[in-house]
Amino acid sequence: MSDDPIVQMTGIRKDFTGVRALDGVDFTLRPGEIHAIMGENGAGKSTLIKVLTGVHTPDAGDILLDGKSVRFHSPGAAQSAGISTVYQEVNLTDNLSVAENLFAGREPRLGPFINFRAMRRKAKALLDDIGIDLNVAAPLSSYSIAMQQLVAIARAVDIESKVLILDEPTSSLDRDEVAVLLGVMRRLAEQGTAMVFISHFLEQVYDISDRMTVLRNGKLVGEWSTADLPENELIGHMLGREAVVLEQIERTAAAHQVEDETPLVSATGLGRKGSIAPYDLDVRRGEVVGLAGLLGSGRTETIRLIAGADRADSGSLAFDGAKVGGHNPRTASARGIAYCPENRKTEGLVGDLTVAENMILAMQASRGWARTIPVARRDKLVAEFIEKLDIRPANPDMPVKNLSGGNQQKVLLARWMLIEPKLLILDEPTRGIDVGAKADIQKLVAELSADGMAVLFVSAELDEVTRLSDRIAVLRDRELIAVLESEADMTTEKIVDTIVAKGGER
Amino acid sequence: MSTETLTERPSRSTLFDGLTRYIPIGATVVLLLVMYLGGIANFRNFDSPQVVAGLFIDYAPLLVIAIGMTFVILSGGIDLSVGSVMAFSTMACAWLTVDSGVSAPLAMVLVLAFGTLWGLLIGAVIHYFSVQPFIATLVGLFLFRGLTLQISDTDVSMREVDFWQWGMTHVEFGGKVRDGGFWLPYLSFVAFAVVIVAFVVLHYTRFGRGVYAVGGSEQSALLMGLPVARTKIGVYAISGFCASLAGVLAAFATKSANPLANVGAELDAIAAVVIGGTLLTGGAGFVLGTVAGVMVWGLLNTLIAFHGGLSSWWARIVMGVLLLAFILLQRFLARSGEKRRT
Repeated sequence: MSDDPIVQMTGIRKDFTGVRALDGVDFTLRPGEIHAIMGENGAGKSTLIKVLTGVHTPDAGDILLDGKSVRFHSPGAAQSAGISTVYQEVNLTDNLSVAENLFAGREPRLGPFINFRAMRRKAKALLDDIGIDLNVAAPLSSYSIAMQQLVAIARAVDIESKVLILDEPTSSLDRDEVAVLLGVMRRLAEQGTAMVFISHFLEQVYDISDRMTVLRNGKLVGEWSTADLPENELIGHMLGREAVVLEQIERTAAAHQVEDETPLVSATGLGRKGSIAPYDLDVRRGEVVGLAGLLGSGRTETIRLIAGADRADSGSLAFDGAKVGGHNPRTASARGIAYCPENRKTEGLVGDLTVAENMILAMQASRGWARTIPVARRDKLVAEFIEKLDIRPANPDMPVKNLSGGNQQKVLLARWMLIEPKLLILDEPTRGIDVGAKADIQKLVAELSADGMAVLFVSAELDEVTRLSDRIAVLRDRELIAVLESEADMTTEKIVDTIVAKGGER
Repeated sequence: MSTETLTERPSRSTLFDGLTRYIPIGATVVLLLVMYLGGIANFRNFDSPQVVAGLFIDYAPLLVIAIGMTFVILSGGIDLSVGSVMAFSTMACAWLTVDSGVSAPLAMVLVLAFGTLWGLLIGAVIHYFSVQPFIATLVGLFLFRGLTLQISDTDVSMREVDFWQWGMTHVEFGGKVRDGGFWLPYLSFVAFAVVIVAFVVLHYTRFGRGVYAVGGSEQSALLMGLPVARTKIGVYAISGFCASLAGVLAAFATKSANPLANVGAELDAIAAVVIGGTLLTGGAGFVLGTVAGVMVWGLLNTLIAFHGGLSSWWARIVMGVLLLAFILLQRFLARSGEKRRT
């Protein structure tokens, strides 16, 4: 492993319309090593991979492959230079046969014609080699997703690659299939292939990787040898432990001493098979409850049940002490629950409508389409919220898609604040936005709760959860494992310890 | 090296699968047989081989544009310009040879080159500017119909140019028609050649398999490192070539250019491709299916001609019903495949 690096990326920067997805990231890959890239959703793992494989071109930075400066403009170019990728979703064409998928674009030929017989023979041999036995003439679609994923890996392996990138390859595989995959990876490493491994299964990462690079918010946190980085430290690095330069949010403690009151929302044994185990959770007026946990721990699933976005199949939900039945987004909205989903682009904002139009959508919907909001009133409200949230540019007629991520998020928040909900549910409200906007949004959440609104929010950043929450619900493996009261001495370490301790019990 | 081996049997239920894959085309073949036998039972002389041969005379141009359309639809696109490009090509042949005195073989080559270039151009627009094929090719539909009418708004005869006699020069098989034989003109052989070349290219070359891959999933094809740009532009170039060739064949067949010929031919071609078992969403289908689809359309018209009492619009009515049936059949097969897999 002391060899010269096969891939060296330095100072990689990539911007997507106003959002900096990667900011000065360095990454080094040595021959024969299995190198894990770790980080939460939106940390920039996939973007980094896509820069290396030619899907995206970097806005700044250098990529050296075997010591030579390269810049790929298509996945095909990266592939012919010896970099193959297996993606999370199976990126094969399932209308063609297994053999054709394995050899697409490089089929054995007789003159100009494809030699199907030779192709099937080679496909059979290749799969045998890896340890899977399929009918290679059958269409790929006739096999399970897991098997398709292994075929994708076989394809990547066969393309004499110097560098093999595996982006969440195991997320659809069961235990046996994972074992086959890890076995193949070990054998390739012995042969000198360098591999980049991305997975949110820490167990697999510790099992297979030699080295780790951790990213957070598009920035490099550091590179460690796997043996030198215990799990709790890794989680700390991924979630962000050191103080971020944000303005201190002043909590008005008085507003939160409302113990004896009936909770605004009370979930009892609420759960949904395959998504989140039954849990109990109360949210009181004027209280901020944060949900913490790793990616895939069931954070979003928890709040979707309360928001009515998913139907619970066990337990019950009480609102203001009264049980509610037939909970769906419409009735939730009528009860004063506003839900800001995680993916603001696809689930929240309408890109081509203006800032003002996006803001009043929910308010208009609650009034019914026949009763339009008077223009003067609309303009006044919109201007008020643009100022209050410091939305820039302060132009109500600008299409929302031209705003930066942080400002888009503020527009979405303004939309729900306009209808003055009793409970505001936010999923990753500050993901992928810059520090300034982040601070504005955090300040706003604090102010809203001081005014008596209940807030339930999910954040991958423990700092944020610690700073804002009155109580913190901690999740692991789709289970709510603890609800921590946030006191003055609450630290991110305590949350990390709770997650790790629970994992150790198993 | 792991010693365990994972085995999985293919589930026999998807639309791309061995047997299921052949259901739509099987249905088309059965339909053809029923129509043909029905014709024999009801009409005198329907059993003459010339009835079948006639399909490849009258519908040779449609067959050629439908083959081009098969490439486009397999890749997940659509080409609405073929009817207009075809009419323009016939008109251009007439204009170049009759009015401008260009030698006919040269005119033919120019027209074919132009059609191919147009296809290349529109394919490039579709690929590089991410324009929807429907809109991009609609440009061609309007543009070339307009240009055709600009050249001449009345029929132009090409009878005095000897070259255009070549296409209808024919070969007899098994003697005269009245002796149970049949005849085919040279232009039918051109259409057969197109079918054979298309068959080989689609099923046995990298380009052809690339068309299926792009139609299956363009994103995947790109990530697999396949030449997606070349493939997508290529299919429109092929369709453009086929449309102009169909125009040349029409010049041979009619020896005149009608500015309003082939209005809606693109839709007939699409219908033939779909009835031939090609998925409109791309990725699955056969060249020979398209041949069967064109034969269904031709046989339908022949049956109505034999009947004599029905309006020729009945062909369209029946075609509409058949199209609906085939689309529903495809959806049904696709859905039962999805269901069984999960």
